[in-house]
Amino acid sequence: MSDRNPEYDFKWCPGCGDFGVRRALEWAMEAYSEKTEMPMSNSVIVAGIGCSGNLVHLTEGEQPFGVHGIHGRTLPVAFGVKQARPEINTIVVAGDGDFLSIGAEHIGPAAQRNVDVTCVIMDNGVYGLTKGQASPTTIFGTTTSSTPFGKLEAVMKPFEQYLAHGVSFIGSHYSSRPRDLAKLIGEAMDHKGFSIVHVQSPCTTYNDTFALLKGNKKLGIAPQVYAVPEDHDPTDKRAAEDMARAPGVPLGVIYKEERPTLEDLQEDVRKRARSRTPAEMVDTYTI
Amino acid sequence: MGKTDLVVRFAGEAGVVTSAESLAATAAQAGYHVQTYATFPSQILGGPVHTQVHISTTPTLSDGDDVDVLVAFSEDGFNNHKGDLVPEGVIIYNSGEFDPPGDSHSFGLPFDEIAKEVGNARASNMVVLGAIAPLANFPLEALKAYVTKRFTRGRPGDEQIVEANSKALDRGAEAARKSGFSLTELEPAVRPDYEQIMISGNAAIAVGAVQGGLDFYAGYPISPATTILVWMEQNLVGKDRFAYQVSSEIEAIGAIIGAGYNGRKAMTATAGPGIALMSEGLGFAWMAEIPVIVVDVQRGGPATGLPTKTEQSDLFACMYPAHGDVRMPVIAPGSVEECFYAGALAIKWAERYQGPVILMSEMQQAERSQNIPKPDLSKVIATSREVYTGDNGYQRYEADELGPMPLPGGPGAYVANASEHDGMGDSTHLPIRHIRGMERRFGKLKLLNDGPYEIENPNAAIAVMPWGGSKGTVREAYLQLRDEGVDIGWIYTMTLHPLPEAVSDEIGRKELVIVPELNYQGQWSRLLRADGFRATSITQYTGLPFKVRDLVKEIKQSIEAHKGSKVFA
Repeated sequence: MSDRNPEYDFKWCPGCGDFGVRRALEWAMEAYSEKTEMPMSNSVIVAGIGCSGNLVHLTEGEQPFGVHGIHGRTLPVAFGVKQARPEINTIVVAGDGDFLSIGAEHIGPAAQRNVDVTCVIMDNGVYGLTKGQASPTTIFGTTTSSTPFGKLEAVMKPFEQYLAHGVSFIGSHYSSRPRDLAKLIGEAMDHKGFSIVHVQSPCTTYNDTFALLKGNKKLGIAPQVYAVPEDHDPTDKRAAEDMARAPGVPLGVIYKEERPTLEDLQEDVRKRARSRTPAEMVDTYTI
Repeated sequence: MGKTDLVVRFAGEAGVVTSAESLAATAAQAGYHVQTYATFPSQILGGPVHTQVHISTTPTLSDGDDVDVLVAFSEDGFNNHKGDLVPEGVIIYNSGEFDPPGDSHSFGLPFDEIAKEVGNARASNMVVLGAIAPLANFPLEALKAYVTKRFTRGRPGDEQIVEANSKALDRGAEAARKSGFSLTELEPAVRPDYEQIMISGNAAIAVGAVQGGLDFYAGYPISPATTILVWMEQNLVGKDRFAYQVSSEIEAIGAIIGAGYNGRKAMTATAGPGIALMSEGLGFAWMAEIPVIVVDVQRGGPATGLPTKTEQSDLFACMYPAHGDVRMPVIAPGSVEECFYAGALAIKWAERYQGPVILMSEMQQAERSQNIPKPDLSKVIATSREVYTGDNGYQRYEADELGPMPLPGGPGAYVANASEHDGMGDSTHLPIRHIRGMERRFGKLKLLNDGPYEIENPNAAIAVMPWGGSKGTVREAYLQLRDEGVDIGWIYTMTLHPLPEAVSDEIGRKELVIVPELNYQGQWSRLLRADGFRATSITQYTGLPFKVRDLVKEIKQSIEAHKGSKVFA
């Protein structure tokens, strides 16, 4: 519920990481709007199905456009939105279930095309909205409602997947530092090409990993998050691969590659291709 | 009195498609009406293929039941098709390949050897066409004019190619004359006094859609819809135009929803398996009220079914393509010419009611080439949805009826939501919202009331009512029945949902509506019965089109079954 939609009856649980991601995305869109001198309505959020996707109904202040579609299909819709009018700032928000399980087939094509879309993935390692089933990023052996004898699948490693597909901008962060996250999302929006900012956004009800991420001295838990070292060269794919395989959650840009976007290549084709009128098309069939 | 119709079938493996296309093009240039038919196995090269050309002095309606001339490129072709020959028919077989046991209908010709002798190994098709000409007094000059036109491409060597092909025609013709066979002479062509084009059903849908304003296409290869994707990749190019081969049908429907939401007139084309994959997306477009067009070029089903054969079995799937309460607008053109207008109408409807529209065609109509009157583009005006230009805070879904649609970048930001939603598209579970949303979405369908239809002999108690690509064959049967004095009416509509009011009124007045359709369940008559009409089907599920002769017989049987007594001799 917010001021603009009193009927809307969805709520995130108290302490949910998604609150922080929403705030960060709002700031990033506001900054983008200022910088590009385009209205907020020039941004479109394409949201997945799951707790995270409800972000699109909960944004405050000046409103972007939104799409809240069907499970797993954010990237196809975002592709259509971007291709229809490349000047539109197109953002995907989705969870680990939506993006990495049912929607995983769409990451490869988007990466290979280098379509200029920014994805903000909220990873809580669980299907929260359906009340706690194992997701691709649930770790091996975890007991959940759908894995009562422990999860039998190995955990998916999103960064290795993204690198293998050729995603041209890969950022990593967590939900507890929205100011820094907003900057990272801003960098991803500025990046020409397909960008993913993968955010650890814990589920306080089914998979509360805040203590693991931040660490807890009293309990003797070392923090998983760490700042990407200054000497990490994000354009070095080998270094990015090493970082993707290493334990812990880096905060910052893991990988970044400059290459033409699909929109660039199409612009070039459009210049070369001769556009015919329907009348000319009909004439090619004249007997 | 000569023949008004000539049906030539080419059977074998290689060469049958080129031969049929060349003969059809020549006949059309000479002023005849033509329609081709092709059936392939699902493989890249070879396999048993046959093509057929129906040449007529009047506009063609069907493929032609029986074969006047069979050209057998292979022994299998000879054996599989000789049974379809009319009693006075002639078979020309490739004696370089095989020698069938002698019969009184056939003569051999070494196609490839003759081609080599005239100096162009690729001219064997012309040997064949040359041989067909004298049999029915088809003008050899027309074939020569075709050869000259086709091979004069401004390249060095054109002249030699034209000469060799021309010689090949002469050699074929000479052999046919010597064979002593002949058919009843084909009446001379009466050239239509209007401009014509020769086009396939799929290309006609594509051109029609572009004239209707189409500017965005996403598709995935699937027989028999692939030719639309290929056409779009080649033609929907240039400024503000977009065509792209995406990674699946699931991505295709998602992409056109994204584009339709963002202001484009967006389309995809697929076949039955793709419709299944697009099901959830179509429900989304219906729920969020996004204009998109999905073309279903039907093939045999279910599942992978008969990928290269014709069938009309996706009607249930297209009328109710998604879970939950939906019923899509469905346009099903019944001829190659109608395909053009259907392409344009689909765009117009999607824009007008702001939602998904399904255009159904089928393999037999999609692949065939036919001469049709050149479409009058001035009759097809591209229409666009009304775009919202007011202040922010607009409630797109609040009105009971349709309102202008906001576009990203402009005022009136909202959420296009696949969940039930309030005026701005935010999710809600309130019963009143679901009631109002449901009624609004179904209510908009009444805006789609301008589909073309045909009603004839309205006083008859019984009418025949084809749908989609069976229209032509059924029409030929209907005309034959009327000639025989059978009192039967004709009802046809290109738009199956919503039905034009005049059509539903007319169906309602009938004692019985007979629906010939290429499926097992009699899908259209079942839908009509569900709506309270009296309807029955004549079904066929062979993967092949109807034959006129069978329809004439079965329509009579349906009439007798209805009357409970023998009516016809």
